[in-house]
Amino acid sequence: MPALWIVAILLALAAAGYLAGRARAIRSAGGDRRNMHSLPSYYGANVAMTVLIPALGLLVLWSLIQPSLIERSIADDIPAAAIGGDTTLDLMMADVRRVAGGLDQLGTPTLITKPAEAPSEEFLSGLREDLGSVGVALASDIAPGVFRAARSYQLAEANGRFWMTIAVLGVGVLGLAAAYAVTNREFRARNVVERGILAGLILCALIAILTTLGIVLSMLFETQNFFSQYSWTEFFFGLEWAPDFRGNSSLSIIPLLWGTLYISLIALLVAVPIGLFAAIYLSEYASPRMRTYAKPMIEVLAGIPTIVYGLFALITVGPILRDYFALPMGIGESASSVATAGVVMGVMLIPFVSSLSDDIINAVPQAMRDGSFGLGATHSETIRQVVIPAALPGIVGAILLAASRAIGETMIVVLGAGAAAAQFNRGLGELVNPFEAMTTVTVKIVSQLTGDTDFASPETLVAFALGLTLFVITLGLNVLALYIVRKYREQYE
Amino acid sequence: MTDIAMPGAPRKGSLLVRDARTARRNAAEARFRTYGLIAVLLGLLALVVLVVSIIGNGASAFRQSYVTVPVTLLEEKLDKSGTRDPAVMAKVSTFGYAPLIAAGVQDAMDAAGIEIEGLSTKGAGGIVSKDAPAQLRDFVLSNPGLLGQTVDFTFLASGRIDGYFKGRVTAQTAALDKNVSPEQLLLADALKEAGALETRFNWSFITAPDASDQRPEAAGLGVAILGSFYMMLVVLALALPIGVAASIYLEEFAPKNRITDVIEVNISNLAAVPSIVFGILGLAIFINFAGLPQSAPIVGGLVLTLMTLPRIIIPSRAALQAVPPSIREAALGVGASKMQTVFHHVLPLAAPGILTGLIIGLGQALGETAPLLLIGMVAFVREYPSPPIDGIFDPATALPVQIFNWTQRSDPAFVERASGAIIVLLIFLLIMNLTAILLRRRFERRW
Repeated sequence: MPALWIVAILLALAAAGYLAGRARAIRSAGGDRRNMHSLPSYYGANVAMTVLIPALGLLVLWSLIQPSLIERSIADDIPAAAIGGDTTLDLMMADVRRVAGGLDQLGTPTLITKPAEAPSEEFLSGLREDLGSVGVALASDIAPGVFRAARSYQLAEANGRFWMTIAVLGVGVLGLAAAYAVTNREFRARNVVERGILAGLILCALIAILTTLGIVLSMLFETQNFFSQYSWTEFFFGLEWAPDFRGNSSLSIIPLLWGTLYISLIALLVAVPIGLFAAIYLSEYASPRMRTYAKPMIEVLAGIPTIVYGLFALITVGPILRDYFALPMGIGESASSVATAGVVMGVMLIPFVSSLSDDIINAVPQAMRDGSFGLGATHSETIRQVVIPAALPGIVGAILLAASRAIGETMIVVLGAGAAAAQFNRGLGELVNPFEAMTTVTVKIVSQLTGDTDFASPETLVAFALGLTLFVITLGLNVLALYIVRKYREQYE
Repeated sequence: MTDIAMPGAPRKGSLLVRDARTARRNAAEARFRTYGLIAVLLGLLALVVLVVSIIGNGASAFRQSYVTVPVTLLEEKLDKSGTRDPAVMAKVSTFGYAPLIAAGVQDAMDAAGIEIEGLSTKGAGGIVSKDAPAQLRDFVLSNPGLLGQTVDFTFLASGRIDGYFKGRVTAQTAALDKNVSPEQLLLADALKEAGALETRFNWSFITAPDASDQRPEAAGLGVAILGSFYMMLVVLALALPIGVAASIYLEEFAPKNRITDVIEVNISNLAAVPSIVFGILGLAIFINFAGLPQSAPIVGGLVLTLMTLPRIIIPSRAALQAVPPSIREAALGVGASKMQTVFHHVLPLAAPGILTGLIIGLGQALGETAPLLLIGMVAFVREYPSPPIDGIFDPATALPVQIFNWTQRSDPAFVERASGAIIVLLIFLLIMNLTAILLRRRFERRW
């Protein structure tokens, strides 16, 4: 029985349980609500909950565990002699799964019933055609061993599904009976139901933690894999990035980190002055009218997807920088360059810096400004010597947050910065030339993980090490920035 | 300033007369103010340049040139056996149909009295999209009865001819281009004059699936829009309940202790984790570990859900926090339980704020590209995914990824397509954000 049907039956069971529980509670109170501990609907909800939660939990657990159990037992049955040469156990199991899936679609009962029976050659090639007709294309004829394994896989799966249906529905019915039995007017149904809901709420709140754990663990696991194949000193301290899928790659993070930091630096050089001055102007000088229009307009920049900035860099900013700056000065001929990506990323970061700084400048108490004005300072002197120093920690926090965004940004650099890693053996001139194409950590994560990837080779696994490094750097910047901002806020509140 | 404080150095002259130092200070004031104004204007200028550049490049993607051609469906070419059996006729590949179209263009030329030196019939056929033979074949296979007749078809013009009318291709570039010749451009001009070629609004850009590198004119956003829509459904179905439940717990029930603190710090940090990291998570957990299919909206939706959750929880908590305690106290006072207070009174009052945060979060998820690249949404998909729920397991692409995909192709016509797709994406985002603003205006209550 498909899982969807089981769920539907459970839902029907729960609905029936709701009505039955509610009716029983009312009956036990002699039809008078005032004699009941809780509102009638809580008794019903309690029964429905007891039907659904254990049964659904079992369903999920069973569906997660069953495939790996079956696979292990099937894999044990495959003779060691069948593996080897150009195939591995993993590849073979993939074939087994596909054939089994195809057999399911064909509906095999007319074919062969006993898995042990040796199938003939013609039968197998005929089967291959039949499988092809239901969308399971196989590269070669099915080996008899694979066919047998697929048959027992299929049988085991059908078997497992049958028992799962029985077990899940059984648990549902048991839950219904148990909850129905305890239902009477004294039963504290509301407390039980509310405790259940609270548990659900807590579970949802824990998903945030689980996500972080998932991120860290998945990357740690693969990174460890990577470092078992590639020396970590080479990764962190080598100076060359030259992946080669035939092996013998140089995979060092330094050239990528250089590109990332250089582009981020240019982005901050664009975003910080513009964003900061815009924030100062809007919070200190601008008329309320201008503020209501200009502030949201600048913040629109933050809502534009990064792919749009990427295309903007590719088709507008890149060619302009090349034609009007790089080519006349003779220092570069590529449209994708550090400067292109940096400038566009800077534009993206303007609203970040400006709205955060704006909040922080507004939080500086008016009394400090009034004091400064009272001593005869002009407005700009007040801003420079009183407001900004007071707001400085917050502004530094804002800049750190912007920096973390810049370091983790992907699409702008994929489209605007180029794919060639910085080369340390070509001398300093090329390294610091902003019109040179340069690549970043994020670009390389994308390029190593897209397309055909082999999760056993260091060239692919390096992406996880890069991702973990990126995660640690941005996390560090964020924590630092949040700490500074929080500390600062407390000072004036 | 310092000398004012100095004793024994009385200020010379009147306070009302500007001295040099006051003038300098005032000039500094004016300069500072100007810097600020310039910064604001630079920010606005960047926005204007960005929008103008995208619209300027992409607006033309919504218009496309079409050629109307009388095609004679020759029986001896398409159905040699004469049986009209679709299975037999299907053996004629699209290569068999291309000459018919070329001949049709020739007929159209003859009918309009157009003669162009140095243009073969095959060359004349080259002004029609490479997608046309497949289109014609599908038509013939589903209407075998029309064989032997002459039918008027409207085909897309080829990408280069279309580019010629949009100013991307000129006679000079055509002379150097092996995909188009100056004679074909002359023919296109002549056909336009004769009324057989027209440029009109191109719905297929929004509804058609992607097309290969060779036929930019046929590429559309249909599969991408559907894929993005499915992903948004997944995000909505998961992120809304989970996000709201998490914010209710944290705001209303959580005791102030270590664990709650950890969760809170965690959520604010997750909001700032680079999106590409979520892509790595999706690849490692949903695809490699859980074995979900690549390129499927379900995986994209799950990844975007995890990414969007903190961005929904933060505004939801703010909305819950904004409900005044007096409401809670009143409900508790008449005997409601804590849970009843929250679900019957606080949550409905916070709903507009939560909804606003949700829409903005969905908008961010809609435009996200990087994580989707890692879970295989870049694949070339021509089939529309089936309707939900099955459809969320079918391969599809997403709007922003389709844009990225087009920027990676060599034909410059795809730059126009990508910019056009961005206009579509921005329109969707604009609608979502306007809805959020309207919701806020309409329902927001100040206590």
